[in-house]
Amino acid sequence: MAKVLVFIDHPGASLKKSSLELLTLARSLGGGAVALNGDLSDSAAATFAEYGVEAVLRPATDTLDDFLVAPKAAYLAAAAESTGAGIVLLDNSPEGKEIAARLGIRLNAGVITDVVAVDPDGTAHKSVLAGSYTTACRATTPVSVLTLKANNVTPEPAGAATSPETATVEVPAVAVAARITAREQKVASGRPDLTDARIVVAGGRGMDGDFGPVEDLADALGAAVGASRAATDAGWISHDAQVGQTGKTVSPQLYISAGISGAIQQKAGMQTSKVIVAINKDAESPVFEIADFGIIGDVFDVLPQATAEIKKRKG
Amino acid sequence: MEETLKIVVLVKHVPDAQFDRHLNGEGNTADRDESILSELDEYALEAALQLAEARGGSKAGNQVIALSMGPAGAVNAVKKSLQMGATEGVHLTDDALAGSDAAATSLALAAAVRHLGGVDLVITGMASTDGETSLVPAQLAERLGLPQVTFASTLEVDGGRLTARRDADTSSETVEAPLPAVVSVTDQINEPRYPNFKGIIAAKRKSISTLSLADIGVDPAQVGFAGSWTTVASAEQRPPRTAGTIITDEGDAGIKLVDFLAAQKLL
Repeated sequence: MAKVLVFIDHPGASLKKSSLELLTLARSLGGGAVALNGDLSDSAAATFAEYGVEAVLRPATDTLDDFLVAPKAAYLAAAAESTGAGIVLLDNSPEGKEIAARLGIRLNAGVITDVVAVDPDGTAHKSVLAGSYTTACRATTPVSVLTLKANNVTPEPAGAATSPETATVEVPAVAVAARITAREQKVASGRPDLTDARIVVAGGRGMDGDFGPVEDLADALGAAVGASRAATDAGWISHDAQVGQTGKTVSPQLYISAGISGAIQQKAGMQTSKVIVAINKDAESPVFEIADFGIIGDVFDVLPQATAEIKKRKG
Repeated sequence: MEETLKIVVLVKHVPDAQFDRHLNGEGNTADRDESILSELDEYALEAALQLAEARGGSKAGNQVIALSMGPAGAVNAVKKSLQMGATEGVHLTDDALAGSDAAATSLALAAAVRHLGGVDLVITGMASTDGETSLVPAQLAERLGLPQVTFASTLEVDGGRLTARRDADTSSETVEAPLPAVVSVTDQINEPRYPNFKGIIAAKRKSISTLSLADIGVDPAQVGFAGSWTTVASAEQRPPRTAGTIITDEGDAGIKLVDFLAAQKLL
């Protein structure tokens, strides 16, 4: 009987790194099944085998994507019941957390979000209050539902590949759900997802309306672009890029803060980053209190110079 | 006759993020001594007020009820909501609620919403600024068997249905749901009003009703530490980050930055 159930939504041709992290964590907790939504490509099936997945479950309906969340939670609850999983793992995206929330009620299971590590006994570790505390939490229920933050597990294929069986799960009807009546894809930036990125370059008020130097440095580093609330409120860059208490929380390996004062709102979104670099004209900026490397200087001099130097070194 | 709406807005008092925030005591719960109305809840309240005003406001029978759960201090979030224009305030408070996790909180709130009766819409902010788990609204919707629309950046109601726009990172969606429904709104949906002098005076005449668990028919064993499905076994304060090397640009800081990244193996 599977101990862990991992939810993977639309893997496409190749699984995202965060999905591989979920599969790796699942194996360390005793292994288990994948509950899939969307098409199962040959390459995704091969990856599941490589990562030691025992079974791949698929919904008996293809309408889950027409509605918001509730039917996905119903599907996952049915999948968890059919496999007898004690732990259900999801990604930590807003939708992942929302599915987890509803799933918890359906399974009478405790839900823990923003998890960075799980012990073999099921204890989950996370940081709270904008990274000022780390806590160890447990679900006191027979089943626990955990959402895993990206970049905390190193993806690793299993020692021996498996040949997962495929099974279909009937999805119980949901009385009423919000229906998606139109969907417009946004133009892909080609940059990594802000919340998953290994490196983030973020700009603030000091960019004075011109994010070009931030974007150029981000592209030289293969980084995502972030911004302070002042910059998104001014309309210099899309609201999606906002890092901070009212935006996204990121914890990349490297966070480069350019022209951001680093008020508490902003710090809340980035202070668990491994290495912080700050560039600001004002030597009194609070961001320098938490920066591993700080430069008091003009972003319009320092960023282009760094970008050119990186390009030179990378050849 | 034009439809009237009975809207419940969930408001939360949270530790003010301008100050240091701490976890304390039994169960490692947040210290809320210096607490304020969660900034993100103001957008929810504004959205409710605009829907009500578009239908003739309270004179036409529309209700905007600010509901807060928590100890005595939670009433501050309700008072601020009344000053902004909520028509009534409800404070759900009971000693047995202390230490409730999202599952227990959503159970109590669902009972309170049923107790209020005839609610068309429950509106919340996109997240609380303290617990940051965003679980409660979705769990409330699941317990009430209602559709939920999260991260609405627009919200319209017509003929017993709502239409909202959601902006995600890779796509924008238009979503429809029948009422009653639970909606969480983003900070892009509106510009919350400041309470004006008239609003502050008017708020003094509005009533805040207090509900206990007995009033809403919830067994104390289902909530609080005892009724929660998760427990915080330990909490450790992270050592504060300390400043590293700070240099002043002398024309080569960009190069020095790259040297630093190379030394940290981040290139």
